[in-house]
Amino acid sequence: MIDPAQIKKDFPILNREKNGKTLVYLDNASTTQKPKQVIEAITNFYENTNANIHRGIYDISEEATALYEGARETTQKFINAASKSEIIFTRNTTESINLVAYTWGEKNVQKGDEIIVSMIEHHSNLLPWQFLAKKKGAHLKFIPIKDDLTLDIEEYKKLLSEKTKLVAITGMSNVLGTIAPIEEITNLAKEHGAHVLIDAAQTAAHQQIDVQKINCDFLAFSSHKMLGPTGVGVLYARQSILKKMPPFLYGGSMIAAVELDSAEFAKPPQKFEAGTSNIADVVAFKSALDYITDLTFNEIQKHEKELYKYAISELSKIEDIKLVTPPEDQAGPVITFTIKGIHPHDIAEALNSENIAIRAGKHCTDPLHKHLGLIATARISLYVYNDKQDIDRTVEALKKCIKIFA
Amino acid sequence: MDLYSEIILDHYKNPHNKGHIDSPTCKADEENPQCGDTLSIELKIENSVVTEVAFNGAGCAISQAATSMLTDYLKGKSIEEINKLKPDDIYKMLGIDISPGRIKCALLGLSTTQQAIKNHNNASKKD
Ligand SMILES: Cc1ncc(COP(=O)(O)O)c(C=O)c1O
Repeated sequence: MIDPAQIKKDFPILNREKNGKTLVYLDNASTTQKPKQVIEAITNFYENTNANIHRGIYDISEEATALYEGARETTQKFINAASKSEIIFTRNTTESINLVAYTWGEKNVQKGDEIIVSMIEHHSNLLPWQFLAKKKGAHLKFIPIKDDLTLDIEEYKKLLSEKTKLVAITGMSNVLGTIAPIEEITNLAKEHGAHVLIDAAQTAAHQQIDVQKINCDFLAFSSHKMLGPTGVGVLYARQSILKKMPPFLYGGSMIAAVELDSAEFAKPPQKFEAGTSNIADVVAFKSALDYITDLTFNEIQKHEKELYKYAISELSKIEDIKLVTPPEDQAGPVITFTIKGIHPHDIAEALNSENIAIRAGKHCTDPLHKHLGLIATARISLYVYNDKQDIDRTVEALKKCIKIFA
Repeated sequence: MDLYSEIILDHYKNPHNKGHIDSPTCKADEENPQCGDTLSIELKIENSVVTEVAFNGAGCAISQAATSMLTDYLKGKSIEEINKLKPDDIYKMLGIDISPGRIKCALLGLSTTQQAIKNHNNASKKD
């Protein structure tokens, strides 16, 4: 069982105090905090093994290469990819999605083709497709949401056709917490010969991902949202597709042979990792994956669900709070809400004065907020180190905030 | 919660100069896209002096209070004086430390006002 009190000890930042109050961190959907295992992995790399990879004929370069490639192997296992070469390291989810848009999309999406996304996408899984569609004369279609804030799969079925080239969908909404049925969505897309990209930025920290079971073609996520360092993203792409994909960035590290007027590219994944990679952070990302694997998703989900239920029931007791959440069985640990007569910025600021960190704004989902008729919202997002006391302190602070603004 | 001093809360809950004025000579609308605050300012300018002012919109306590205080100040001031207003003048009116995340909220009223004056000047040039 997960004991948050024990886990908190691994996260030095959670000792931060303000006016005698320790930090309550509830903005995990934005980025998670880092355990000392990850922080130490970075320090250890720079103190003991720092060197460039794939090139030096000396000990530390070979060690650095082994650590970097070891992280790739751990990532492969983490999402059950069929091969290590299907894992490409990028800077973040956004870059991973752009990589697909600029390479696979550029080559395969043509005039009149259709790309399906949903109403709940983060801008990072919307703008690359908007841009590609405009450039190619292709069309974007949107899976709507139902009144209960879940995706309307019946409408999705109607959108699919022989024209559908790609379905790009988030595994979990960073605002509503809605978990999308990605296997079903992928299967339906495959019936029409479409490719599928899963934006797993909000999924990877909370749910076991098995890319072979999902049967998706691309899957993207960020290290920093799952206890790892910033500056590391992952793109999974099916090997048969990767082999035919043109490069993204050109330069060192991605070539097999170079002439003055031509070049032969390296095989994937190197072909897609031009230039010196973020070696130290990739190495430390492995420690984050190990940390999560040790906790097990089973336990993580049990903990999150219990805390989610507790938070929902406590927040529901406050009359002025309006929750913007889907049915509980389709929700990840994200709770978005509004308070009558108080702007979300003021809610966040009021909580900040109690050393509680939550997010306020549109959370990079302007179209969704417009659709919901909301100017902005406040969001609590949970992770493994959060506990009931965190929720209690938040609820107290919210009550105080309501009193002040009433 | 220092940020929400009595005076700021008072302006937020009971904003001054909120609504519309009859026959404004200029107006401007601005938006703070990050947090979704919207603001429109209407001014009546006679002989380069603001004689009437009103604002409308929705936003956080900081943006609403700052605009409420600013609009009180604007009445009777010349265009020249208003154009000279700097962020620090607004912070002084609010009387609190503004964190980097709230600067845009605090200054929305000022930038909208100065835009309205620009609109006024452009319109007068055309006449
Ligand atoms: C659903 C979703 N997709 C994509 C992203 C973008 O992630 P990154 O900023 O790491 O590229 C986020 C981050 O908030 C997200 O929540």
